[in-house]
Amino acid sequence: MIGKGIPKGFIITLKNFFRTPVTVQYPDRKVSLFEYAKIHKKNIFKLFFSQPMLSIKISLGLISVPSSVEQSQRFRGNEFTFFEERCTVCASCAKYCPLGIIEIVSVPGGFDAQEGESYKLEVFDIDIGRCMFCGLCVEACPYDALHMGTKFEKSTYVRDNLIITKEKLAESEKSPSSFYRPQFEKKKFDPFKDNIDDHYKAGRHEKPEYKDLKKKWVDDR
Amino acid sequence: MSIETRPVTVNLGPQHPSTHGVFRMRVTFDGEEIVDVEPVFGYLHRGSEKLAEERTYSQIVTLTDRMDYVSSMLNNQAYILAVEKLCNIVPSPRGVWLRMIASELQRIASHFVATGFLLQDLGALGTPLIYCMRERENILDLFEMLCGARITNSYLRPGGVFMDAPEVFWPALDRSLGDIEKSIDEIEEYLSGNEIIFSRTKGTAVLSSESLVNASITGPMLRASGVDWDLRHRNPYDYYSDITFKRILHTASDNYARYWVRVQEMRESLKIISQCIKNIEPGPVRPSFDDVPRLVRPEPGDSYAAIEGSKGELGFYLVSDGGISPYRMHVRAPSLINLTLLREMLVGELFGDLFVIFGSVDLNMGEVDR
Repeated sequence: MIGKGIPKGFIITLKNFFRTPVTVQYPDRKVSLFEYAKIHKKNIFKLFFSQPMLSIKISLGLISVPSSVEQSQRFRGNEFTFFEERCTVCASCAKYCPLGIIEIVSVPGGFDAQEGESYKLEVFDIDIGRCMFCGLCVEACPYDALHMGTKFEKSTYVRDNLIITKEKLAESEKSPSSFYRPQFEKKKFDPFKDNIDDHYKAGRHEKPEYKDLKKKWVDDR
Repeated sequence: MSIETRPVTVNLGPQHPSTHGVFRMRVTFDGEEIVDVEPVFGYLHRGSEKLAEERTYSQIVTLTDRMDYVSSMLNNQAYILAVEKLCNIVPSPRGVWLRMIASELQRIASHFVATGFLLQDLGALGTPLIYCMRERENILDLFEMLCGARITNSYLRPGGVFMDAPEVFWPALDRSLGDIEKSIDEIEEYLSGNEIIFSRTKGTAVLSSESLVNASITGPMLRASGVDWDLRHRNPYDYYSDITFKRILHTASDNYARYWVRVQEMRESLKIISQCIKNIEPGPVRPSFDDVPRLVRPEPGDSYAAIEGSKGELGFYLVSDGGISPYRMHVRAPSLINLTLLREMLVGELFGDLFVIFGSVDLNMGEVDR
């Protein structure tokens, strides 16, 4: 029958009209009073009587809450997490990087009776303006010092700010993603909820005893 | 009294919203009829094949993502198969099953894009394209769970994949398989029987199967003309020999047939994925670093491996001189070779059908120019 396709199409459109949206407002979205109470875990009546002005503002649509897309735990974001005390300056990351954008400089850092000669990290620059976040440097790191980050909001006006140095990495908030770090997933570590400041919480190894140092470190990958 | 008429040559592209990237055509029109076409490409040339000569075998995986950027998992798979052939690597079974699941998901995503943009070219402004992109989003979410990226995956490594699928992946995959099935039904409901699409696509740009075979065109374009050529069946790579699936064939070889073959292939891909889920067993996802180190150094020689990509036969040819990086890499890009018969398809058609025919080839400029 001629003309059957057009009402069929309209029915599909009507079905989609009542579907919940798949798009997400970013970086923030307007909330209703119910949603605001739900997010802040408050009773809606208590909220209304304790803060009437705020409640009116919310009802008028003047208040917004931050919102973003749900990310997976293995997200390869650009805010790298780096634990300097785990780094032995082996430069595997620099060798494995397809673009060669990691600059790493080491100096002799002293002698330890148990562990032998060590090196100190002097320069560790990643030019994330040219980085493509393939994660090969993180994969190459034998001591889990470098992790991909879960955050990605690092836009600047100056190109030089995109070179992240050792100092910037030390200051930045540590939110490592579980990309190529299966021990995170085993421990059920959630980078979006759990806070991390110490590498022992995240790392694969505890610091070994002297007698264990002789053994080859077990690779649980 | 007679009016003097003469053919007009028009430059279409490279900056044109309907050319699927930066593609330029010099089209000669006689009134509204196309008389001559001269395709011009190379605007997105990045020299991937040359860049590969100075990277190690593991690093080139990141380059292959960027060739056909709507089916990067398939590109990874083709490249990794070539490396495994060159280095005689025996892959881990679980890794192979995982990469088969990933590549079939990518095929569905790529066919969704092809279908959506074909409808966009037909003049259905926005809506069908957005519906198709919304379904593709499910698959990209699955990829994000697997490897942390949505488009530039780099998930595969020589011998398997870099990391096992997380626990949340399997229930999400089961859910998405049902959702995708429903959305394909929806697409078929409003598109496959639509008489506007019939009148615009049936009988346009008909090609004979002989000319398609002579131009070495593969993929859905060839199967739409009735030639039973699917590398997954003809030359099974990975574990495709253990899997049963139906080859989709159509005999009309027009624009509608190409669209229909793609939609039906999505259903077959879903069946392949559910068979893969049944067959997958626990175990390591890649060989140990003692067997396959990060820096593979193959013997001098060459290898060619081809897979059935979303657009056709996608092949990688690698030549090794015994070093850590290939001496030469060549890509058999299906998008480029499927453009061979563009002139035969377009000459004699009307201007309104130009972009429909162009869209039915399903080409990707990232792969044409590399």
